[in-house]
Amino acid sequence: MKAKQTGLARFVITFCAVAGAAGSLVSPANAGVLPEDRADLLYFRYDGGGVEITGPSVLVRKSIGEHVSVAANYYIDMVSSASIDVETTASPYEDERTQGSLSMDFLHGKSTYSIGYVNSDESDYAAKTLFGSVSHDMFGDLTTISFGYKEGENEVFRNLIVDGVKINDPAFAEEMNSKSFSVSVSQIITKSMILSGQYEVITDEGFLRSPYRQVRFFVNGDPFTQDTQPEVYPNTRSSNAASFRAKYFLPYRAAIDGMYRFYTDTWGVVGHTGELGYVHPLGSHWIFEARGRYYTQSKADFYEDIFPRADYANFMARDKELATYDAFTGGLTATYEFKIDRFPWLAKGALSVRYDYMTVNYDDFRDARFSLGSFGNLPEDPLQPGTEPLYKLNANIMQLYISAYF
Amino acid sequence: MRIRGLIMMTLAVLSAGCSSIEPWVKPYDRENLADPIMSFTRAPISQDFLDHVFESREGSRGASGGGGGGCGCN
Repeated sequence: MKAKQTGLARFVITFCAVAGAAGSLVSPANAGVLPEDRADLLYFRYDGGGVEITGPSVLVRKSIGEHVSVAANYYIDMVSSASIDVETTASPYEDERTQGSLSMDFLHGKSTYSIGYVNSDESDYAAKTLFGSVSHDMFGDLTTISFGYKEGENEVFRNLIVDGVKINDPAFAEEMNSKSFSVSVSQIITKSMILSGQYEVITDEGFLRSPYRQVRFFVNGDPFTQDTQPEVYPNTRSSNAASFRAKYFLPYRAAIDGMYRFYTDTWGVVGHTGELGYVHPLGSHWIFEARGRYYTQSKADFYEDIFPRADYANFMARDKELATYDAFTGGLTATYEFKIDRFPWLAKGALSVRYDYMTVNYDDFRDARFSLGSFGNLPEDPLQPGTEPLYKLNANIMQLYISAYF
Repeated sequence: MRIRGLIMMTLAVLSAGCSSIEPWVKPYDRENLADPIMSFTRAPISQDFLDHVFESREGSRGASGGGGGGCGCN
């Protein structure tokens, strides 16, 4: 019995988490200055589409002398999933992923050199990633240019439930490797405006599909009968992404920012992302932030909600992340900044709460629970396959975090 | 030969450009830019988590600027 849905999604999860760790650990916007010493503790909760994820994340950054800064991040996510994929073809599951990362920044003149390592473990996926980058300030510190490289080795397993115990399938073990190259430029335009651009190429090779997820197809051309089979994916994927950001300090103490990203890959996915934000301090203690984000993408070449027949093509996918859809996310953040006289070593503390609401509307991913049923239980009045209503996903995302600056 | 000439000319133009560029925003004019609200990632641990939520549910990836982090799933 399948226990969970992973594959590409799991890779993306891990790679993004690793990339994210690299992002938070190596983040000098100004290459000639080391990042400030700080500690952050985050608690998060994601609830949407039958999936609940909670966990803490801790990030600590500390300078050693005037030229070295060290950062460490430890993160746990606890997943309880009964997503639509799990409902239609698998069983609900619980899992936990832990991730630890460590990085060092070396400041030399106008340049910062960074290296780091990230390790991520869960019951059916293990990822190890090395990353490095170099940043350099130039033109009177108006321009910062950065180059980054990441390389990851991942092991993919498949879980089985035997006598109520979750184990790795001894007959299944795959590998997936990835490489990422990026270049970014940050440019001060005026005394109130800064622009930045980034370009990143990511290449993957190996086992990229889910070991659990199924595609569905019509049996013998009968439009009323369907069955399922495992997905079939290419063994390589290369993607290009370019983004541009701008931030502007308004005539009063507040700031607006905007972002656009264009994405394309060898699987035929084309994505557009746009984001707007507004930051508004109130008094000497409060900072409020509002943010909206729109995303749209076209489907992968080998994605179909339901295929005409079994083994219809060399590559077949029914991962909703590869479907055609658009999504909107809106969020608010409130931050209270404070100082504690008894702790003179604490330059500043900040307590923040953030709430985001995400809604995703799929154009070619149908709610197959109306025909396949849920957890093996057929619906009382099943709909004809391919005529089910389109699937929609709504999620609530809560974050509570405290930051200390030293 | 033409390529070498083109490269030499490009380098000459670039080096001339570098030597003549004066920072048009002086260090003492950067009070607004130095304000913490002007940071692209004021709370990296939070932004990383949310970027990761997005990227684990989207076909797109990379060039997200602030990084990812945190959790995500199906």
